[in-house]
Amino acid sequence: MKKLVGHYGAPLLMILPSILLIGIFVYGLLGVNFWTSMTDNHSAAQASGRKPVAFVGLTNYIELLLTEDFRHSLANLVLFTVTFLVGAMAMGFLWAWLLERPLRGGRLFQTIYLFPMAVSFVASGVVWRWLLNSNQGENASGLNRLFQMVGLDFLQNPWWNNITFGIVAIALPAIWQLSGYVMALFLAGFRGVPDELREAARMDGASEWQVYRMVIFPQLTPVLMSAIVIIAHMSLKSFDLIMSISSAAAYQTKVPAVDMFLFKSGFDYANSAAVGAFLLIIIAFLIVPYLVQQHRSRTR
Amino acid sequence: MSTSVTAPAPAPAPAEQPRPRGGVPWAHLLRLLAIVLGVVVVLIPVYVLLITSFKGPGDASSARAWALPQDWTFSNWAVAWEALAPSIGRSMQIVVPSTIVSAMLGCMNGFVLSRWRFPGADIVFTLILFGMFLPYQAVMIPLMQMLLAVGVPNGVASLILLHVVFGIPITTLIFRNYFESVPHELIESSTMDGAGMLRTFWHIALPLAIPGFVVVLIWQFTNAWNDFLFAVFFSSPANGPVTLALNNLANGALLANYGVSMAGAVLASLPTLLVYILLSKYFLAGLMQGSVKG
Repeated sequence: MKKLVGHYGAPLLMILPSILLIGIFVYGLLGVNFWTSMTDNHSAAQASGRKPVAFVGLTNYIELLLTEDFRHSLANLVLFTVTFLVGAMAMGFLWAWLLERPLRGGRLFQTIYLFPMAVSFVASGVVWRWLLNSNQGENASGLNRLFQMVGLDFLQNPWWNNITFGIVAIALPAIWQLSGYVMALFLAGFRGVPDELREAARMDGASEWQVYRMVIFPQLTPVLMSAIVIIAHMSLKSFDLIMSISSAAAYQTKVPAVDMFLFKSGFDYANSAAVGAFLLIIIAFLIVPYLVQQHRSRTR
Repeated sequence: MSTSVTAPAPAPAPAEQPRPRGGVPWAHLLRLLAIVLGVVVVLIPVYVLLITSFKGPGDASSARAWALPQDWTFSNWAVAWEALAPSIGRSMQIVVPSTIVSAMLGCMNGFVLSRWRFPGADIVFTLILFGMFLPYQAVMIPLMQMLLAVGVPNGVASLILLHVVFGIPITTLIFRNYFESVPHELIESSTMDGAGMLRTFWHIALPLAIPGFVVVLIWQFTNAWNDFLFAVFFSSPANGPVTLALNNLANGALLANYGVSMAGAVLASLPTLLVYILLSKYFLAGLMQGSVKG
């Protein structure tokens, strides 16, 4: 026994606080959240415990899916995520590719591309709300005014005020902020390709394009997967940016994370928890395979 | 030899002699042009932010939206500072301790998980890692109820606690990767001399981990400073961090005054920008290290 304590005691002591905290705050609370989402806890009286709550199973989930309002949020979430993901991947990859080979001032450019990610979504939302101002023609400001000045008037549009596609406009600042991050990931990937491999391919007479296609791109696949998982999961829980550019009440730009906040503000804890659970389930589809694959590659 | 290069890719060249890296001049020029264009696009919002913050109320009209200020004024900055100063102080009170504690916990976890192959260590690590991707919305309601039940005061205290807890996954990941990259011999040699795990950690691992700490501190500082979700749920503008105050300022009584909110946005971003600019080398390294390798 004493030997066991001696062997396992110290390391256990060191990780136990974290395991307990994660156990309670992540897994414990997830359990409670699932429970709450399956109750009829829809009113302030119930939220404060003055009235009893009853178990109702999956009713809240089904009812949410049956409302047009929530389906609009889900549609927005898909549009936002696709735009954000494709945009950030394309920009990030392009920048990494441009900066991959040594270049005078390359460090400075990397620093500039990366800096938006140090800024909070709330702060960048302040300027983007102005850039994405929906006024057109005489009153145009922001990007609409810029388009007017350079003679690209046809590009003017109501941005996030469009009911169906407004959410796509909010993905622009998200792309602006995270492309530098994707660039950093891809740069790390490029660095991971040994120079000898490139040289060997060149020696074999491969053109520079062939070196990329046959040697470098295949090696970037793990980085691409990581980048997709990171950006997609960020996108799925996006909240700050939407709140600071648009508002919680704006129908055209709402997503589940915003619904969750609204339900909570109205003391509808059951629906709030159900929306949170929806987000977890959607993200789990993305994350669990990723974590399992990472786990396998570690233990292999 | 094909010359059908469309993108700013380096032109293919025969391998007869070492050529300067970067390819033929025109390809290099095209590449530079693309890079500079990217820089312009990235900096457009910064230009708008800065010029607007120096414009008086009349000057910020839509017709002159992109023009430099007619009369430069600092009054927006004074107003914004007055509105944000208390919350900037609170953000510091929240971010500094939570960053230090979560870094310390992450360092211990990373050390143990990379050095001590107990059965199930990888499962434990994976389960901790999941916390990184957790949509916080999915624990928010019970979190509120729990903090209310145990009586954690609203504002600074609860935000410190939450940033510590939810910082553990990423700090653990970064330190674990870090310790994996440190040569085993450096740490093993001390264990051989009979030192226990705690002593090895304290005297050998901790000093070795300083570069890891730099990365984690930057990362956690930025994350916690920029947090808005927890701030909205667990504090109010009167006792919350700067993101909340800024959002309030931009949506509040001064709604029409873009100059003030933009000055405020710059002020609220200065600490993270400063950290980022001073340590951008480590920031970049950290991003690569922390997130590429799982």
